[in-house]
Amino acid sequence: MVYQADPLEDDLQPLTMRDAWAAHLSDLVDADPRLAVVLADISSDMFTDAMKAHPDRVINVGIREQLLIGAAGGLALAGMRPVAHTYAPFLIERAFEQVKLDFEHQGTSGVLVTVGASYDWAEGSFTHFSPRDVALFDTLPGWRVFVPGHAAEVPPLLDRAVQAEDGVYIRLSLRHNENPYAVPDGKLLVLREGKRATVAVVGPLLDNVLEATADLDVTVAYTNTPRPLDTAGLRELAAETGDAIVVVEPYLEGTSAWLVSRAYEDRPHRLLSLGVGREELRRYGTAAEHERLHGLDAEGIRARVRAFLA
Amino acid sequence: MDTTFEQVRELALRSVTDVRYPIVKTYTLDALWVLYDRVLRVDPNRPDDPDRDRFLLSKGHGPSAFYAVLAAKGFFPAAWLDGIATLESRLGSHPDATLIPGVEMSAGSLGHGLPLAVGTAHGLRATGRTGSRVFVLVGDAELDEGSNHEAIAYAGALGLANLDVIVADNDSASHGWPGGIASRFEVNGWSAATVDATDHEALYRSFTTAHPDRPHVTVAAYRP
Repeated sequence: MVYQADPLEDDLQPLTMRDAWAAHLSDLVDADPRLAVVLADISSDMFTDAMKAHPDRVINVGIREQLLIGAAGGLALAGMRPVAHTYAPFLIERAFEQVKLDFEHQGTSGVLVTVGASYDWAEGSFTHFSPRDVALFDTLPGWRVFVPGHAAEVPPLLDRAVQAEDGVYIRLSLRHNENPYAVPDGKLLVLREGKRATVAVVGPLLDNVLEATADLDVTVAYTNTPRPLDTAGLRELAAETGDAIVVVEPYLEGTSAWLVSRAYEDRPHRLLSLGVGREELRRYGTAAEHERLHGLDAEGIRARVRAFLA
Repeated sequence: MDTTFEQVRELALRSVTDVRYPIVKTYTLDALWVLYDRVLRVDPNRPDDPDRDRFLLSKGHGPSAFYAVLAAKGFFPAAWLDGIATLESRLGSHPDATLIPGVEMSAGSLGHGLPLAVGTAHGLRATGRTGSRVFVLVGDAELDEGSNHEAIAYAGALGLANLDVIVADNDSASHGWPGGIASRFEVNGWSAATVDATDHEALYRSFTTAHPDRPHVTVAAYRP
């Protein structure tokens, strides 16, 4: 074996989510003078023309993640809508106090866009994984979280993020579904109806869930906008499935459990949370292999859902 | 309003004791007063004017001098200084930009102001406000925070000429700055001046130094 040539590319994907994001963002920057982009070397080669055209709105600060967030916060103070981008662990975890203070505490907001997700670059291992990112955003008020499941879902989500007033976190991944879905704004999209449980799945794990539950009598609902979570829609669906709920999310297992619990203060329910495990695996390999080790491949999901239904 | 420096000092003294932040009585007040009285283009009647200059107090600890200057310049009533740090007060130990007219940045955690100022400087340039300048005040101990050095290196490389830093240097950094604070900026291509923190004319000269192609730092050394 040899090392992967580029950990942010995939030979099997002619257009990755990151490709779709960079191309659309470059167009948006040309059209919207209020929009700014802050990079820290990662993906900067995708914005060469945009940087030349807009030297004060599309900037690359080098490998300086503290400045990445601070400069984005400063652009927001100057009235701009900043989009900041790098690997998830560096953007969200490394500079998290700045995410908190340089936006929320200043009374401003921005758009944060990451790559790497939970185990995209498996051979890079834990330094480049960020399964805890969405849980961190749950500690901040008002942030929306978008987790596309396909490159074609990225442009409309980016449009919404740029137009929003709130902070928006967009979590791009090389993991993806075969087909894109148009999800109604902020709602769960029902793809299959059943009687025994409602399975709500986020972003790129949809195909695994569809395969895992192909012959199970369950409702499957998809979202790529998990924050705010459509708990009203989830309750409606679950009312038809005995208030049995499964949440499958491509980040830390149980991240959304508190929201389901809060939505059910007045009603008994059962909840199975599937997601990325808490422990560091200390393994290399491929993203698909890590997905299997976390029980998030179709076989793993099927085993746990069947046990939940038994 | 023809407020004198001594009158501003009296305002600053209304909210400090000799135990808590005694040094603020003198060591940042001079620089802030010169800045607000003679340099910054800000208007208390239009605190949100998009063409204004920006002053970011990064070193949010001990903001009595800052509050006194803002009150003296009419951004809020001086009476606010009397109820300071109470539940009903808008003024606390660390300024909150969403609560106080004229405050550009919520501060308290060190190392945030200079990176924010870099982004603000870019934003002003991007929106064509080439006449607007960004000043940010940091402490010499605050410079220990690595985020400042990310910003200093980048702003120097980019030549962000609408950015001015004031380092309030009271020699409080635990491990000091061998070779001097100014050299940290100069090696990154900044214009730099080191002046006596109580010399108003020297402060004014440094704050108004022409630096058309690079950012500028004023190291205001306080050595009583």
